[in-house]
Amino acid sequence: MYQIIVLLPLAGFLIAGLAGNTIGAKASEYITSSFLVVAAILSWIGFLTFDADEPMAPITMLQWMQSGGLDVAWALKIDRLTLVMLVVVNTVSALVHIYSIGYMHHDPHRPRFFAYLSLFTFAMLMLVTADNLVQMFFGWEGVGLASYLLIGFWYKKPSANAAAMKAFIVNRVGDFGFILGIFGVFAIFQSVNLDTIFAGAADVASRMGEAGGEGAEAAAEGAANMGDVVLNFAGYSLTMGGAITCVCLLLLLGAMGKSAQLGLHTWLPDAMEGPTPVSALIHAATMVTAGVFMLARMSPIFELSHTALTVVTFVGASTAIFAATVGLVQNDIKRVIAYSTCSQLGYMFVALGVGAYSVAIFHLFTHAFFKALLFLGAGSVIHAVSDEQDMRRMGGLRKHIPVTYWTMIIGTLALTGFPFTAGYFSKDAVIEAAYVGHNAFALYGWGLTVIAALLTSFYSWRLIFLTFHGKPRASADVMHHVHESPSVMIVPLFFLAAGAILAGLLFEHEFVGDAYEHFWGASLFTSAENHVLHDLHEVAFGVAIIPTVMMAVGFALAYYFYIANPAMPKQLSQTHRGLYKFFLNKWYFDELYDFLFVRSSKWIGRTLWKTGDGRIIDGLGPDGVSARVIDVTNRVVKLQTGYLYHYAFAMLIGVAALVTWMMIGGIS
Amino acid sequence: MTGWPILSTVTFLPLVGAFLILLIQDDNELARRNIRNVALLTTVFTFVVSLWIWGEFDYQTTGFQFVEQAEWLGTGITYHMGVDGISMLFVILTTFLMPLCILASFESVKTRVKEYMIAFLVLETLVIGVFCALDLILFYIFFEGGLIPMFLIIGVWGGKRRIYASYKFFLYTFLGSVLMLVAMMAMYWNAGTTSIPELLAHDFPASMQAWLWFAFFASFAVKMPMWPVHTWLPDAHVEAPTAGSVILAGILLKLGGYGFLRFSLPMFPIASADFAPFVYSLSVIAIIYTSLVALMQEDIKKLIAYSSVAHMGFVTMGIFAANAQGLQGAIFQMLSHGLISGALFLCVGVVYDRMHTREITAYGGLVNRMPKYAVAMLIFTMANVGLPGTSGFVGEFLTLLGVFQVNSWVAIFAATGVILSAAYALWLYRRVIFGALEKESLRQILDLSRREKALLYPLVVLVIFFGVYPMPVFDVTAASVENLINTYSAGLEAAQSVAQAN
Repeated sequence: MYQIIVLLPLAGFLIAGLAGNTIGAKASEYITSSFLVVAAILSWIGFLTFDADEPMAPITMLQWMQSGGLDVAWALKIDRLTLVMLVVVNTVSALVHIYSIGYMHHDPHRPRFFAYLSLFTFAMLMLVTADNLVQMFFGWEGVGLASYLLIGFWYKKPSANAAAMKAFIVNRVGDFGFILGIFGVFAIFQSVNLDTIFAGAADVASRMGEAGGEGAEAAAEGAANMGDVVLNFAGYSLTMGGAITCVCLLLLLGAMGKSAQLGLHTWLPDAMEGPTPVSALIHAATMVTAGVFMLARMSPIFELSHTALTVVTFVGASTAIFAATVGLVQNDIKRVIAYSTCSQLGYMFVALGVGAYSVAIFHLFTHAFFKALLFLGAGSVIHAVSDEQDMRRMGGLRKHIPVTYWTMIIGTLALTGFPFTAGYFSKDAVIEAAYVGHNAFALYGWGLTVIAALLTSFYSWRLIFLTFHGKPRASADVMHHVHESPSVMIVPLFFLAAGAILAGLLFEHEFVGDAYEHFWGASLFTSAENHVLHDLHEVAFGVAIIPTVMMAVGFALAYYFYIANPAMPKQLSQTHRGLYKFFLNKWYFDELYDFLFVRSSKWIGRTLWKTGDGRIIDGLGPDGVSARVIDVTNRVVKLQTGYLYHYAFAMLIGVAALVTWMMIGGIS
Repeated sequence: MTGWPILSTVTFLPLVGAFLILLIQDDNELARRNIRNVALLTTVFTFVVSLWIWGEFDYQTTGFQFVEQAEWLGTGITYHMGVDGISMLFVILTTFLMPLCILASFESVKTRVKEYMIAFLVLETLVIGVFCALDLILFYIFFEGGLIPMFLIIGVWGGKRRIYASYKFFLYTFLGSVLMLVAMMAMYWNAGTTSIPELLAHDFPASMQAWLWFAFFASFAVKMPMWPVHTWLPDAHVEAPTAGSVILAGILLKLGGYGFLRFSLPMFPIASADFAPFVYSLSVIAIIYTSLVALMQEDIKKLIAYSSVAHMGFVTMGIFAANAQGLQGAIFQMLSHGLISGALFLCVGVVYDRMHTREITAYGGLVNRMPKYAVAMLIFTMANVGLPGTSGFVGEFLTLLGVFQVNSWVAIFAATGVILSAAYALWLYRRVIFGALEKESLRQILDLSRREKALLYPLVVLVIFFGVYPMPVFDVTAASVENLINTYSAGLEAAQSVAQAN
């Protein structure tokens, strides 16, 4: 069954990709979409019938690489973590496929679009079912490729091409870390297969436990048997504790790239150049959460490194607050949601960092529903107002597209954490986990996520108010054409809305509640000292209520700014011009990177080419010599025959000399 | 195994074709068509026959197979042929790429068709000979002889600056091979034989190894090419006709890597170990330096040529890591690069035949008129940047993994190539393929013809097949690579025990 789930999207991709023009757009749409629906249903069956107490052996499909100690196969690892991801990926992907039938209705390249969507889904499924790190890397780069293709889907737009390229290259920076992390893991555990790595990590953990240390480093330094050098990295000889930290940080770099964490986030907002269903599927619900998935998957080794977890917390919290501040002032409806995604991914990293892996995955799970809902809702809005994305030219759409309006309200409620919606359970759990977390940045994480909760509520409601309330700011012509989307687009919204309301309520007990151990089985590892999950249920009411208060305050502020007193935002941006510019220009990351990396490497490249190759190597080498020789030869013979003749002649002389010498040698 | 001399058959079959072509008068269109067809049939037939080698190949044997030996010149130089797991696949790669080269030249070469085809067939014989030769002198003759037809192909059928390019090609390779010849004499002097299997078993004194190693290195490094002796390659590629570039990048560059595997590592283990850091440095510089240079190229072919240098950096790095992953990765990388770079040059040839320019700025928005071409080009571009699932990934991954275990600094720097290659390759793709079709000259450009599909589609299939299931290659190379590692480490241990005894 699991092979079918993974391979169906591949089949859909091949059919729509190879035969799309023959069978026509309609057939491509229906085939890929129905394959995905089947895959989604099978995933839910697998998810609901799976019993974590009976672990499944990996399903091997094909040998991949075998060299020395390296042995890699294409294999599926099925456990609870995989199943959660299967459900998320296939459900959202199926809904996005169906939605796209309506959304892409006018596009001439629909078979290509659906082929890419299915290709993406296949790669993502390979990523989450990976039984070894190399296969995970395959999925990792595969989703990168699909993302590249889909962002640049409208290839005539230069901005889309630029964004696609940027996404791929920035992700490659993360992949650079990931691949070095894989090498490090191989050097330590002599394997890239997850089960072997986890067994090795458990062994390390028990030895550390014997050493009686607090954290990994302390134990490693204190214990003699842990003192052997297991990894040489960049001039450092690392013992087990340091080696694991080093590997974790490298893997974290990979996760930061994919999950658009601060520093490697610049590609995500630009990725909004792609069609909106793509943003919903790839840049909200699935691909960008791959980093979170990977860190949770690698929890057995992350649990061994206190340092790495602290860094994860720091990165996550910084991203959460950074993206929230930028989201406050953006005018493009999709960019606001993109920054919101970035910020929510930061929340997940905070949860990972304090060791609450299940909380992070829980937030990933609920976030997939409400964020995909918000994106698809935004797509419906854009569809309605003739492809306008700037919220300054919207407003007053509530009456014209009521279904879209109400589904987006549901998404916003869930995102901001309105009581008993999905976000309420998962986001509050993240914040509480940060509160009870023990590492050095846990408090930092708590403080920033609380503030970010306020900002989230503010920018989310700002989006709603600017888009749907107030007076229409679009031209009369556009307003005249405003229409509710067809039902093929609306029905997926209903499904996602149901998820946004219920996902938290239904599954809290299993994901983070008392059924935790039975639900997750061995798929998430927490060390003996990790009590975060237990503690977070015991936080005082005063602390637990803070996120909800923040949500209410954010709503009130947004209402005051954009409904009660619409002149206020403009005034404020005038009085705090510097800060406003700083946020509007996304903290100037793009400009900084352009200066530091893009322009400098172009300059270096040109210099190396013209000066290095041209003037130095060629100038001193062949050209200098040839200048003399050509002068002479030019006059004597036609060049090509002349050189060939010389060359063949020289070689023959060489052979002759050698043979002669050997003959003489043989005689004597 | 039957007694039939299969290796000689494969090696000299192309010469038979060349002889047939020689008999045809090249004076009208019909005759030219005959010449083309004879050349194509010969190469296809050679390929089919060469597959028999793979079919009969014994995966367990560590030594040479299909060995043929005959006295020659009566002086201890023997005609000695044989293949092992390291060389066998290169023979197949050569025979596979040759029909593609001939087919690629069907329409683009219009002058001196007869000589052109003969040059290619002779080249095929000589290159296969290099991979099969088990005698130093025989190796040298094939190795150096192969340059003559290549030299002609660039010099006669090349572009505007062909004279300059072929001169540069000549100067570099000639200097390298003179040193190699001297080293070969010294080896004979020391070991008393020119037989490669016997030399593999011979222990050269440590003092001598360094010099011999350097002499061979001079020749192979030029061939690879390694930084800083790489500048002949971009020029040669730019000026060579499409098929010439395919052969140059696909096969001739592999001679250097093959030489390192056949001579430097097993025969001079001490020197190889001593100079490994030196090779690492050059490899890393090559990867970063040429990737940055590739970023700024204005000529499509030159960009791909520079990227070839970067990819060969992975090969040298992997070889001198001298462990299973490094060596198998290096062999795989060479084979895979043969397919990918060959395919990329064929892709350039497709648009060059239409527009007669290789300037990147002359293109843009090709996807609008040439969707099939865009797909093929995309797959090869992705393979070139080492996307998992294509053959490009397997080689890069294994060489990096191999070298990481020996020296992590090298792996870290080399891995930046992962980022840089994405930058130059995607930027090229964006400028050539994507965008709106605005240039007037491109309005009527046509998508792939049937002939071009026949060229590119098999390569697409192979690039993906070997990315997903590279095991056929690993099965062939495993035993020989293990043997090579054993020889290498035994040589090092012997040297150490001698040092300790002193």
